[in-house]
Amino acid sequence: MSAATSIATDADTTTPMDATLSPRRLVWLRFKRHRLALVSLWVLVVMYAIAFSAEFFAPYAPDERNVRAIFAPPQQIRFVDAQGEFHFRPFVYGYRLNINPDTWMREYTEDTSQRYPLYFFDRGAHYAWLGVVPASRYLISTREGYVHLFGTDRLGRDLFSRVIYGARVSLSIGLIGVILTFALGIALGGVAGYLGGRVDGAVQRTIEVIQSIPQLPLWMALSAALPAAWSPLGVYFGITLILSLVGWTGLARVVRGKFLSLREEDFVVAARLIGASRRRIIFRHMLPSFMSHTITTATLAVPGMILGETALSFLGIGLRAPVVSWGVLLQEAQNFQAVVLTPWLLIPGGCVVLVVIAFNLLGDGMRDAADPYSYAGGTT
Amino acid sequence: MLNYVRRRVLAMIPTLALISVIVFALVQLPPGDIVSATLDRLQAQGVEVSDTQIEALRAQYHLDDPMPVQYLRWIGNFLTGDLGYSIAYEQPVNTLIWDRMGYTLLITFSSLLFTWIVALPIGIYSAVRQYSLGDYFFTVVGLIGVAVPNFLLAILAMYAGFSWFGISVGGLFSPEYIDAPWSWARVGDLIAHLWIPTIVLGAAGTAATMRVMRANLLDELKKPYVVTARAKGVRPVKLILKYPVRIAINPFISTIGWLLPTLISGEAIVAIVLNLPTTGPLLLQSLLSQDMYLAGSFLMLLSLMTVIGMLISDLLLAWADPRIRYE
Repeated sequence: MSAATSIATDADTTTPMDATLSPRRLVWLRFKRHRLALVSLWVLVVMYAIAFSAEFFAPYAPDERNVRAIFAPPQQIRFVDAQGEFHFRPFVYGYRLNINPDTWMREYTEDTSQRYPLYFFDRGAHYAWLGVVPASRYLISTREGYVHLFGTDRLGRDLFSRVIYGARVSLSIGLIGVILTFALGIALGGVAGYLGGRVDGAVQRTIEVIQSIPQLPLWMALSAALPAAWSPLGVYFGITLILSLVGWTGLARVVRGKFLSLREEDFVVAARLIGASRRRIIFRHMLPSFMSHTITTATLAVPGMILGETALSFLGIGLRAPVVSWGVLLQEAQNFQAVVLTPWLLIPGGCVVLVVIAFNLLGDGMRDAADPYSYAGGTT
Repeated sequence: MLNYVRRRVLAMIPTLALISVIVFALVQLPPGDIVSATLDRLQAQGVEVSDTQIEALRAQYHLDDPMPVQYLRWIGNFLTGDLGYSIAYEQPVNTLIWDRMGYTLLITFSSLLFTWIVALPIGIYSAVRQYSLGDYFFTVVGLIGVAVPNFLLAILAMYAGFSWFGISVGGLFSPEYIDAPWSWARVGDLIAHLWIPTIVLGAAGTAATMRVMRANLLDELKKPYVVTARAKGVRPVKLILKYPVRIAINPFISTIGWLLPTLISGEAIVAIVLNLPTTGPLLLQSLLSQDMYLAGSFLMLLSLMTVIGMLISDLLLAWADPRIRYE
């Protein structure tokens, strides 16, 4: 089914008003038919919202320690207690620490005599939301005891809270990185495609060269060059910049190709003949006509950024310890023993996978919705 | 064809020259240099170093020459096969690097083979039985395969190997074979260890390649000649394998071009997690200790491998498809 007919069927199946629908509305209608992409969009919106309001969603501060629970496994939320009694308010059981007499390992079991009810939207320790707004409400908290839904790490820090604070760093690096990539890619790809000739040649060569150096070693070399004395914020922007400096080539190629093919289109020639300025032609006529493509490409580039940050931090040359990101958290799971004894430390990895899948599905859905030449729901 | 080969090989030269400049700049980028790094190390050990010794060291490595001179000396030596001297390991780079490059090449190549052997039949199956249960299954597997970062997969492989098979996954040899001379038993041991990094590394590429194969074959299967052949009663197996698959397989040649850089990248991090004696761990070490000759040689050789891989893939494509030769 070609795009034209599929848009037509959309129009046929809904109200007669559709004839006047804007292109944006049509794209949205096509996108909505992609069930998985829609679900992914919601998953991402929820995750970004949680990351944005980390202080509210995380029960504890990222570096708050619970010395009674070192390497403690995740607690289970329960409604029915050990006596078989139902409680309307969910609760968790406290830990009972045993030292295994053979291996000298800490082993935690549920202590059914300690029942900690969970309270929602309750007041707790004061915090500054986004570092500015004073607040004290928490999504989940206990009035006595503790709640560790993802378990704790080697210092007894709550993994659930750390994953949420980590999301703030990891997810925002993906977005900021892509915005930088977007700017670089459109600027360089646009210049190459619009001017052509020698400029085009130079940009093309640069893209070729950057793409011939294996990405991860290149990232490693660049981030090893970040001065160790930099502040966490400096390293954060340094890493973001590195990811974009390496990653803009793909987008630039797409933009260049589009510019090359659009340059000879009738509407561009017409605009030029009327005497529109070069800037007006580029920003008013050419860019909007393939914006959906570039946004799609950018969406598909976000997971690469997130994976890049995770990989670098995991190797210890990305973000460093006081900063909490998913890659930094995964560093704890690097050693083999940790994985066997404390598998819950791999949860941040699960989050990475979830986000990457969601972005890929979202990008696929957007591509199908935006690409007028695609077979709707056909080959993919 | 010969003309095309000549043009393509000549086009490599400026690319490689630019890469070498970038690599040199990258290695010089960290603040300080190898002598100051060595000094820090010596002073941490309590060794006193006199100013004259520092001067001698700086002179020995020509650190006070202007950058372009240093670059030309480095690349000149590189071209004659002298890769320089690793200060951290106190050995010529040549003795450190080639074993590791060999294993990197071996793992990369076996992953490439794995990718093809697995992705090709699955791609064909998914296309021929489109929207079947198996197709959906492989779609989901592929989706996850692309999304799981390969270092996470490496950790999971270690976990699985330990908890299911009770073996410690990691390294390329059993302890007794690490320093043993080459023998058939050692080769066997290598192969027994090779499959885990191969699968871990090949997973993402396999997932992507089978999607490409599926999409290409689906396009091909809709064409009139296939319908005609089917109408005339050609046996299904022959119908699929003899014509459409041979056309759809074209991207498998071009995969070398884009798969190789990903594999080499992935190999670096997987090797660090699985503790393989390949380039990855040593490259990280050398970058951290500013061992510039070692780091530079690794970066340069890995890029060279990629560029040559792309060349091979382009040449194979030109050989398979005459239209490319005469563009």
